[in-house]
Amino acid sequence: MKTSAAAKKKAAPPGPGPDEESWELRLYVAGQSPKSVAAFANLKKICEEHLSGKYSIEVIDLLQKPQLAAGDQIVAIPTLVRRLPEPLRRIVGDLRNTERALVGLNLRPAAPEV
Amino acid sequence: MTKSAGHPKTAHPKLAKAPTGIQGLDEVTGGGLPLGRPTLVCGSAGCGKTLLAMEFLVRGATEYGEPGVFMTFEEGTAELAENVRSLGFDLDALSRQKKLRLDYVRIERGEIEENGDYDLDGLFIRLGHAIDAIGAKRVVLDTIEVLFNGLSNTAILRSEIQRLFRWLKDKGVTAIITGERGAGTLTRHGLEEYVSDCVILLDHRVIDQISTRRLRIVKYRGSAHGTNEYPFLIDEDGLSVLPITSLGLMHAVSDERVPTGVARLDTMLDGQGYYRGSTVLVTGTAGTGKSSMAAHFSDAACRRGEKVLYFAFEESPGQVVRNMRSIGLDLEPWVKKGLLHFHASRATMYGLEMHLAMMHKLVREIEPRIVVIDPISNLSRGGAHQDVVSTLTRLVDFLKLEGITTMLTSMSSVERLEQTDAEISSLVDTWLLLRDIELGGERNRGMYVLKSRGMPHSNQIREFLLTSRGIELNDVYLGAEGVLTGSARVAQEAREKATAVQRQQDVEAKQRELEHRREALEARITALRKEFEAESQELERRIGEDRTRTEVARMDRMRIAISRKADDGNGVPRTAARPRKPQETHP
Repeated sequence: MKTSAAAKKKAAPPGPGPDEESWELRLYVAGQSPKSVAAFANLKKICEEHLSGKYSIEVIDLLQKPQLAAGDQIVAIPTLVRRLPEPLRRIVGDLRNTERALVGLNLRPAAPEV
Repeated sequence: MTKSAGHPKTAHPKLAKAPTGIQGLDEVTGGGLPLGRPTLVCGSAGCGKTLLAMEFLVRGATEYGEPGVFMTFEEGTAELAENVRSLGFDLDALSRQKKLRLDYVRIERGEIEENGDYDLDGLFIRLGHAIDAIGAKRVVLDTIEVLFNGLSNTAILRSEIQRLFRWLKDKGVTAIITGERGAGTLTRHGLEEYVSDCVILLDHRVIDQISTRRLRIVKYRGSAHGTNEYPFLIDEDGLSVLPITSLGLMHAVSDERVPTGVARLDTMLDGQGYYRGSTVLVTGTAGTGKSSMAAHFSDAACRRGEKVLYFAFEESPGQVVRNMRSIGLDLEPWVKKGLLHFHASRATMYGLEMHLAMMHKLVREIEPRIVVIDPISNLSRGGAHQDVVSTLTRLVDFLKLEGITTMLTSMSSVERLEQTDAEISSLVDTWLLLRDIELGGERNRGMYVLKSRGMPHSNQIREFLLTSRGIELNDVYLGAEGVLTGSARVAQEAREKATAVQRQQDVEAKQRELEHRREALEARITALRKEFEAESQELERRIGEDRTRTEVARMDRMRIAISRKADDGNGVPRTAARPRKPQETHP
């Protein structure tokens, strides 16, 4: 179930993210578990809103390709790996918190300390 | 309740076990780890968790045909392979043969963002994949608690780790999960709550700058197990646990006798020496010849073709060989022939228990008939008093069980000569006491048999001489002045000899005197007799003279009478021819 939803669209630069970079994201899931489905939906939404046109999402189902788990040091499911731009970042969970996901992906600076 | 090596297995069906192949551990656990279940191995950093787990896998793969997966959370696979190569484990080769699979799960602190709900399916899938790829029967997770560093949602982690252990059980793999010791708990994150089948605690304690590794089985559900703390070693052959508990007094005894190597000592011990399988203690103050006694015993054993394992804790093997040459014992050929094995190390190098673990291992390896420990008194520096007694008891029991004749030497202080450091006298069967006897400005060695169970033995003190032909036992001089040895004995003997000579001379002198006296007396008798003779001759001569004179006078008178013509009163004229009656003429 490799739903490679690669889509490139032009959109207004969202936040401080670099304009011309292409975003290469990988989402590791395990079958159609609720967490996996939710994670994909949340990610898709964030990307559409903030990275429209310059991202690609590769969904890897480890139930199908367990040998790929070691490569990106996957332990938790779901795990989102930002392969590009550097540096590599990992976010685990279903990405239900959009704000934190944006921070995690460096699409928004962390909230100022109070 | 202690389950020990030599005991027969109970009859009722037992928990299936996966042998670890680790020396001693299988004995302590009564056969290995619970088959198809996870075992928790916990302990502080550097206590040998990883090594134990790795050896479990390697032995499984190489000796029991059970491939294994090693999932490490702490160090890279290359690093791991490098670390265990010194133990003779070639992980690369095993990996190529599909007997072993290494997987490094790298989790960097702070690298992972958490956002929402997740589970550890990734880990499950990775592990499952690795297990399926080689058909693994054994799994090691080292150390899964690292997950707590990388991921912050402990609620998820706890439930997931619990699920993982259940999953491993379902998979039917025998697993070792390692955990770091926490403060007051077995593991930092309470893994022991989830692994309930078997928990092994490793410990690395430093007492008086000496470290000892110990292993204890905290629990083992459904199985009897040793409950003590067992010392263990990590050396070039991997781990070895010293499984000897107090084995009790179950060993078979032998009536066979073992010569002591000193003929005169054999005589003292009922003419035949020690019993086979007995424990001989030689105590004495410094320099009384304990090692020489041990060397004689070893030499005699090697002559009979028996293997000897000699633990030297004071001297190097070379030094022992050289020193013994000075008393006419050449041990070197035995070493070359492989009959005499030296093992020398400083007593302070490890703790007592480590030494015992090492001895245990060597005894198993070399299978000697004779073991010499020279001396045990040094060993006791490595442990507390009670430890020393209990571990020595274990060692003695173990050696007895193996039917090995053991000679222990021990240094005793002068004040408490008949007391050993470890108070192990009750453990030993034969106790030889060497002591120095100070007398007349010199020090000599004396020896006696303090006890020897099961045989009539001499209770005499012998003078113990180290000569160029080895040990000699001499009778001591027992006289009015007490026990004399050495030059005092020689002097005393000389004195006695002198006295005897003197007495002889006296007798001779007296005899001579008597002779003289007799001669003198006889001379006097002769002289007297001669004198007497001379006198009597003189007297006779004078008597003759007198007579002559009287006759002459009578004759003269007669002549006068005749000349006067006188008669004799009877009218008879006197003639010259008729002599007068003598009484008349006598004055």
